[in-house]
Amino acid sequence: MKLTTRTSRTLMATFAASAGLAIALTGCSTGATPGGDTADDTIGVSLIVKTNSNPFFVAMQEGAKAAAEEDGVSLTLAAGKEDGDEDTQIQAIEAAISKGDKGILITPNGPAVLDAIEKARDAGIYVIALDTVPDPADAVDITFATDNYLAGEYIGEWTAAKLDGADAVIGLIDLFDDKSVSVDYNRDQGFLAGMGIDLADEQVNGDEESTGSYSGGTYEIVGNEASQGAEDGGRTAMENLLAKNPDINVVYTINEPAAYGAYQALEAAGKSDDDVLIVSIDGGCAGVGQVEEGIIDATSQQYPVKMAELGVQAIAELVNDGTKPETTDGLDFFNTGVALVTDQPVDGVESIDTAEAADLCWGGE
Amino acid sequence: MTQEAPTSTLDLAAEFLDRRTPVDRVRGILHRYPAISPAVVLVIAVIVFGTINPRFFAAANLSLVLDQVSVVGTVAIAQTLIILTAGIDLSVGALMIGTSMVMAQTAANNGLPAPLALLIGLVAALAAGALNGLLVTRVKLPPFIATLGTFNIFIALTLLYSGGQTVRKADMPELLTWTATALPIGDVRLTVGVVIMLALYALVAYILGRTAWGRHVYAVGDDEDAARLAGISTKKVLLSVYIAAGAILAVAAWIQIGRSGAASPNAGADLNLDSITAVVIGGTSLFGGRGLIWGTLLGAIIVGVFRNGLFLAGVDGLYQTLAIGILVIVAVAIDQWIRKVRK
Repeated sequence: MKLTTRTSRTLMATFAASAGLAIALTGCSTGATPGGDTADDTIGVSLIVKTNSNPFFVAMQEGAKAAAEEDGVSLTLAAGKEDGDEDTQIQAIEAAISKGDKGILITPNGPAVLDAIEKARDAGIYVIALDTVPDPADAVDITFATDNYLAGEYIGEWTAAKLDGADAVIGLIDLFDDKSVSVDYNRDQGFLAGMGIDLADEQVNGDEESTGSYSGGTYEIVGNEASQGAEDGGRTAMENLLAKNPDINVVYTINEPAAYGAYQALEAAGKSDDDVLIVSIDGGCAGVGQVEEGIIDATSQQYPVKMAELGVQAIAELVNDGTKPETTDGLDFFNTGVALVTDQPVDGVESIDTAEAADLCWGGE
Repeated sequence: MTQEAPTSTLDLAAEFLDRRTPVDRVRGILHRYPAISPAVVLVIAVIVFGTINPRFFAAANLSLVLDQVSVVGTVAIAQTLIILTAGIDLSVGALMIGTSMVMAQTAANNGLPAPLALLIGLVAALAAGALNGLLVTRVKLPPFIATLGTFNIFIALTLLYSGGQTVRKADMPELLTWTATALPIGDVRLTVGVVIMLALYALVAYILGRTAWGRHVYAVGDDEDAARLAGISTKKVLLSVYIAAGAILAVAAWIQIGRSGAASPNAGADLNLDSITAVVIGGTSLFGGRGLIWGTLLGAIIVGVFRNGLFLAGVDGLYQTLAIGILVIVAVAIDQWIRKVRK
């Protein structure tokens, strides 16, 4: 088809406009500190998170930015397009190598990213994994993470104590059902372990016996449903679980958005707050607010801002005086801490209340 | 011409070629009523799943499935219109999520009254639809490429606008989540969202079947050059289809906010592909010009039935994905076979 001059002019205009828009948007979103041709003694660090759309990682970015300003670090931000997008992360790692960064902080989206990380370490870059310990743990120099299994155990123990001997009819709302990621199985299995339920394989969700006994009585697991970690997925997952067994009284959720969606489904089905215990993990400010409102009964709070801050500081210290960060005793990562948040404390399980948690929480609202 | 018994070889050959086998007859029926195949699949699926787990048949469960597909079902209306014109829209999910954020944020953060927030969302959706339409008609980009680009643009704009933050219903005026209100009819939970979706299907079915514009949409999809030569302003029709899609997606955004009780930039992860799946399973041809809007509704319901039914049957989540994949291939294969019908 012959291009008329009018069409080619429109084409040119559109290209110019899109290119301009793309450049403007990149400038806004990467937040790279200005002055790219700085002297060699500016420490360059790249923070590569899973995705920009999860407030957890946005909080990490804020923490890193603050620490970078304090420590005089030049910070570059990058993120996958969605949870699981390995290609964008690999490109960001390669860019860090070309830029001559001294350190990379990363929440890997999958095993393919680890190959690129090896290249970065070969090039002399210190790589710190955040939030999730990669498999194998020595694929990176060190990990600053929440112990997701422990976070699950806290809410599991709380639930077992709160049930006070009643039969547990459990619905499990996980992150994915078509891929296996450590945060997904660690939280789910940690929860079940905290309840005193036998785990067949602690790296696999959904392989437990569907009936048996927990630490306080008998249990029945109705099923595992995937939520993609968002409200709409949480709602659909809860609806399906309820359709299978309307007497569910315990709901484990992978994170607070999924818990919120599950609550919508329970409310629509006419369940009252007293009938069902909803537990979750994350401890974002929105989630803490939901514990306060009674939407979520207990949640384990983690500290992504701290992870990022400590990560930036560690790189700065490494470059300045050679001190390397060390793992927490008994773990293969540096534990940035987790606390149980609930306004219904039970004996034998330590917790903080929502007022205290609100001071420590991350993210908006 | 003398009437004599067909004895010549040519006559015998002609008779042989003209005969209609039962298979040909089935193909002919499917060609005229493309919604029959998905209807049959749906009936079989409902019977099978109900037999495996009688919980499936409960009125509450069946109405639940309708509620679960209310968002993707509405998005699929928009997708059907575009596919009927031999196009495809990869940006429907992103457009819808962006619209939902605009509606929610203008109401919650800027304090606008709900009807105004909904209207602004509608305007944003229309503008986004128009962008798609202009890229296809003026810049003459293939719809796949144009919407691939806008899909990324809408995602980025949504994240920038919302800052990655979710808006919850406690901060929104009630009208925004009105679509989740249920009209209790005994055990059946019929939500406003489902009613709106069904009404929209009826409206679009009427427009496609009984108005000149509807006929033009089919004509453009069937053969764009022939349509243009017949005097149809194909550019206007295409542009109007993308803008209409935007309006429908705004309605879908409203239903989405109701179901989630929140407007989240993370929602609707699979909507883009799920809407295409619904359209294809519903018997609409990807090559344009053929298909019934009601087929899409059946397609969306089939996907919902499969997911719900397989879960109730205790089947691993992975098999749901496998089943949907097989359904899509079978549906397109049947469509290919139907197209071979001789008139």
